Amino acid sequence: MSVRVGKTATAPAFPIAAGGALEDSQLRRNVKHATEVIRAKRGRVVEEAADWEQLRQAGHDIKAHTLRHLDQYLQQFEANCERAGGKVHWARDADEANSIILGLLRGYQATEVIKVKTMTSDEIGLNRALEAAKIEPVETDLADMIIQLGADEPSHIVVPALHKNRAEIREIFLDKMGLDHLGTEATDLTDAARHYLREKFLRVEIGLSGANFAIADTGGVCVVESEGNGRMCLTLPDVLITLVGIEKVIPGFQDLEVYLQTLPRSATGERMNPYNSIWTGVHAGDGPQHFHVVLLDNGRTEMLANDLERETLDCIRCGACLNACPVYRETGGHAYGSIYSGPIGAILSPQLQSMEHSRSLPYASSLCGACYEVCPVKINIPELLIHLRGKVVRTDQSTLAGALNPESLAMKFASRAFQSTSVYVAAQRLARLGQAPFVRKGMIGPLPGMFGGWTKFRDLKAIPKHSFRDWWKDHEKARQKSGGAGPVRSATNASDASRRAASSETKEGASHG
Amino acid sequence: MLERLGHTVEFPPSQTCCGQMHYNTGYQAEALPLLSRFVDGFEHAEAVCVPSASCVAMMREHYVMMAEAMGDASLLARVKALLPRIYEFSELLVNFLKVEDVGAYYPHSVVYHPSCHSLRMLHVGDAPKKLLRKVRGLNLIEMPNATQCCGFGGTFAIKNAEVSAAMLSEKSRDVLNTNAEVCTALDNSCLMQIYGGLHRQRAGVQTLHLAEILAHTEATEDLAAGGPEGEHAKEHEAAQ
Repeated sequence: MSVRVGKTATAPAFPIAAGGALEDSQLRRNVKHATEVIRAKRGRVVEEAADWEQLRQAGHDIKAHTLRHLDQYLQQFEANCERAGGKVHWARDADEANSIILGLLRGYQATEVIKVKTMTSDEIGLNRALEAAKIEPVETDLADMIIQLGADEPSHIVVPALHKNRAEIREIFLDKMGLDHLGTEATDLTDAARHYLREKFLRVEIGLSGANFAIADTGGVCVVESEGNGRMCLTLPDVLITLVGIEKVIPGFQDLEVYLQTLPRSATGERMNPYNSIWTGVHAGDGPQHFHVVLLDNGRTEMLANDLERETLDCIRCGACLNACPVYRETGGHAYGSIYSGPIGAILSPQLQSMEHSRSLPYASSLCGACYEVCPVKINIPELLIHLRGKVVRTDQSTLAGALNPESLAMKFASRAFQSTSVYVAAQRLARLGQAPFVRKGMIGPLPGMFGGWTKFRDLKAIPKHSFRDWWKDHEKARQKSGGAGPVRSATNASDASRRAASSETKEGASHG
Repeated sequence: MLERLGHTVEFPPSQTCCGQMHYNTGYQAEALPLLSRFVDGFEHAEAVCVPSASCVAMMREHYVMMAEAMGDASLLARVKALLPRIYEFSELLVNFLKVEDVGAYYPHSVVYHPSCHSLRMLHVGDAPKKLLRKVRGLNLIEMPNATQCCGFGGTFAIKNAEVSAAMLSEKSRDVLNTNAEVCTALDNSCLMQIYGGLHRQRAGVQTLHLAEILAHTEATEDLAAGGPEGEHAKEHEAAQ
């Protein structure tokens, strides 16, 4: 097995890539603008759905149930898809999926293939495999087309070219479509894209798509989209190959009721997607006459064993967590080094690869919880981030170099200090002495080592001479002196048991009450 | 402030840290020993007041899981018995003690930053604002984009210092645009981040925990003029 997720194996760590992204003021402006627009739209259509919380819960429950019985539902899907005239292929990893698809394309003597809505093909690096085999992949989703023409990488799981503004896209079109003239309005750009794509739609005989849902009880496959380019890809070619991650299966057609409400609202702030395509098998004289489904594992099965990790596979790729994330807002998607960016990418990319790559991603979050709040299938992303951080730390500590790194040593020391009041108080005193060379006007200046990350961008109040503990001691003494009369007892005051315990805890306990 | 309201306050000197820093950074094993220490120190209390929303979130979200991970049935039972008596500061006042007017006086313009954990994990809602609105002389100003994270995030602030700083720059701008004198919150950690950024800019805005504002009366010293420079100036005067 060789699990691979895009180019994550060679991607720089998040803090380094993010540092680069932060320098790109145009990118940051584009990302902020686009995410704010989608967030506002989402907010409006979610508010009007009175049963939104029930829909979220239902979306979560259906996925939880399906993933617990994934083997059964996948086999049911295979049986029903093949009964309707489709052919199902099983791919353990990226290489196997690529070789299945290449084998099919060679069998149909393909030299070109039109593609739509398949992030999973980016996961397995399909386009590179196709190009190496002299088969030209043509992206037909508008944003994916922009990315392909610009030799760029997707930066968002729903809006892949979100980091580009209209002027930048116009430049790409002028450069790559061989145009002499192109207007600056949005309609000018979509007209140009339409001319460019229509020719491909009418000529290329093989289509390749992803899927939002694979429906077990019908064997059907569903794609939702806004442009109609997907509908063209799915209906015009003679051959259709659909690549689906195994977690995309849902038990029944009926379950779409939930997801076709939550997905468009969460993804693009629409009540319903303009195009909802569901195709089942092959129908004589109507649509593709050869239909293949490639079911991809690529690390997903490994995530089924643990209750919390399995929740990651609930994801319906709406991208709401990206739009809500204050980290993504600053950096955009490229910094994550994976086609799966933002909070969901931060938990999905490392897990798919058994924590061997994308190890800095679980730390690419302030744990603010905005992702969990908007997730339409209630994936507890902050909890998963913490869980994965634990995995990173435990793996690191198992090596000598990892166990001796300054952070690990500092954390171990802090844990010791927190386990003993005397060590804790002594450490506070020591820190107060240690800070002396750095303190000026009550503020701490540039610090060395890992704390330099703090003082590089912010000031820090010095630890005061008089700590709260000191103040509390004085306060208690003063209270004793003033006759030992504690404050007036209120109706909600300590019980007898708690007073007894308090007496044994503090010298002043006797004076209470 | 609590004593002013007639309550008996105890500060168990054995207390140290709730373990959040360890737990959230991935050092879950190192956080485990802190659990029994916390329970030992606080379980006798009728109510535990925690003036830090993120510490309360840590306790509510993880303490049961930690006790289970330790396989200690008696500790688990004690944790479960103690948790319902743990209150974040504003929760204690508004939800448990049913008080909104604590008799405070604070004649300054204040902006409230709803820290992420108080907002999304504890769901304290309007409780802090209810308390602030009853403070005499206080002018509570609404902040735009209030619910956006300040960029602190514990060790995130150091591990991803640049992104954290970018997030802070947005929060600083939102605070400054209100023209408030003081920014308050339920978490000193967020306030450390916000003040750190504002002071670096020499913006002249203070940060105070909600408790510091509610503790303030006509009789107490003005905290808005304080801050480390203020203290320093006082020390300087005293020396002269």
